[in-house]
Amino acid sequence: MRRVVITGAGTVNPLAQDLAGTLAAMRSGACGIGPLDIPDVERLSVRIGGQVRGWQAADHLDRAVIATADRFAQFALVAAAQAMAQSGLEVGEGADCGVILGTAGGGLQTSDDSYRAVYAEGKTRVHPLTVPKLMQNAGASHLSMAHGIRGPVFTVSTACASSNHAMGLAFQMVRAGALRAVLTGGSEAMLCFGGIKAWEGLRVMSATACRPFSATRDGMVQGEGAAVFVFEDRDSALARGAPILAEVAGFAMTSDAADLVAPSVDGAARAMQGALADAGLAPGEVGYINAHGTGTAANDRTESAAILRVFGPAPPPVSSTKAMHGHLIGATGAVELLACLLALREGVIPPTIGHQEDDPECRIDVVPNLARAARVEVALSNAFAFGGLNAVLALRRA
Amino acid sequence: MDLQQKVIAILARQAVLDVSDVTPDSTLESLGIDSLGLVEAIFAIEEAFDISVPFNANDPARSGFDMTSVASIVAAVEGLVAQKAA
Repeated sequence: MRRVVITGAGTVNPLAQDLAGTLAAMRSGACGIGPLDIPDVERLSVRIGGQVRGWQAADHLDRAVIATADRFAQFALVAAAQAMAQSGLEVGEGADCGVILGTAGGGLQTSDDSYRAVYAEGKTRVHPLTVPKLMQNAGASHLSMAHGIRGPVFTVSTACASSNHAMGLAFQMVRAGALRAVLTGGSEAMLCFGGIKAWEGLRVMSATACRPFSATRDGMVQGEGAAVFVFEDRDSALARGAPILAEVAGFAMTSDAADLVAPSVDGAARAMQGALADAGLAPGEVGYINAHGTGTAANDRTESAAILRVFGPAPPPVSSTKAMHGHLIGATGAVELLACLLALREGVIPPTIGHQEDDPECRIDVVPNLARAARVEVALSNAFAFGGLNAVLALRRA
Repeated sequence: MDLQQKVIAILARQAVLDVSDVTPDSTLESLGIDSLGLVEAIFAIEEAFDISVPFNANDPARSGFDMTSVASIVAAVEGLVAQKAA
């Protein structure tokens, strides 16, 4: 089996619109969550979110591309271009390369705009490219066209675990020797009236802030954006002198088979154990866990219990960077993998900001409010989705 | 149908029970209504009475909407309906 490394990373998210800015923001514990600036916000009860502010697609993309790409695809395109530039990957004929992206909502803003046009504004027609803009695979297809990637190109949609599932499959395909390199990660742009209105219905959203693991937490806050990585065969990467950001060491996915929305200790614990076993790692080797940490009562208690089950009473430091960038739903695991890169490469564990009070039901070290210096050899990144789907990646310092 | 009967009808439908099986001292637990069912029941109550119920599933106790029994839910809905009229 081949070894798999990350040779490029790019991102557009509420903290910054590039890798360096995002890592700096995570290091300093910055918060990208603020008042939402979207049409009809006055009719929402949730009015905060992690928006990508000042997004100027024209600064990065051709007009012809912008006209055919929903916001989620634009984010993916820009993040992928950054990752490709850093990696220096030569695609060549492109048949031995792939694109595997995660998204939950796909072109939801395109859907929202078209519904508003025909239902609310009484218009008789919508934009002619509404279908190719809203389709879930649009982001992956745009990436293949932008970079001449002609192998397997597809989208994985598993709600909040989408990008971890996508990156896990990318890892498996490169490890198995099926592909030389894969552009992988996730993209999401759900911060529109319909997208937030739907989430309001579940009554799990905070109107104030995302405070994962804090006793005072009162729900999740949505974000938007993308992160895209180049996962590459290690031998090929070494041969061409590519930058190696980290090694992807293991991956596991499990299903709770229990409840459509309530998380399960067992499913989460089995996914973490599976990722460690896949990587040939012992729990004691893990130096950092990037939690799913949504800031809901249900997730944070369940995830804490699962971590304690896998790692015993003194687990490694855990943080949820969602307090900084919000929950990017289908892109969240991808942006959170950046936090793992920060820990592995720079020895900085990003904090869980917004922490006010320990919760006796979350007996884990959540690196409250301030980043911490630590030498981290192995990091885990958790994602647990509605539908009971769990996906965990294990990364090793390169 | 008075307010209490309406609330009971909504809870009974959610619990897949007959209205006669739902009494003022029934609890959500005794009716077998889980967290997802509760969110659906609250939605139905909001639609039926044109009110907004302040309920956050992360901390039901702090929501200011007492759901310890059918009677307390009825009282809370009465309060919200009265607030709307005021």
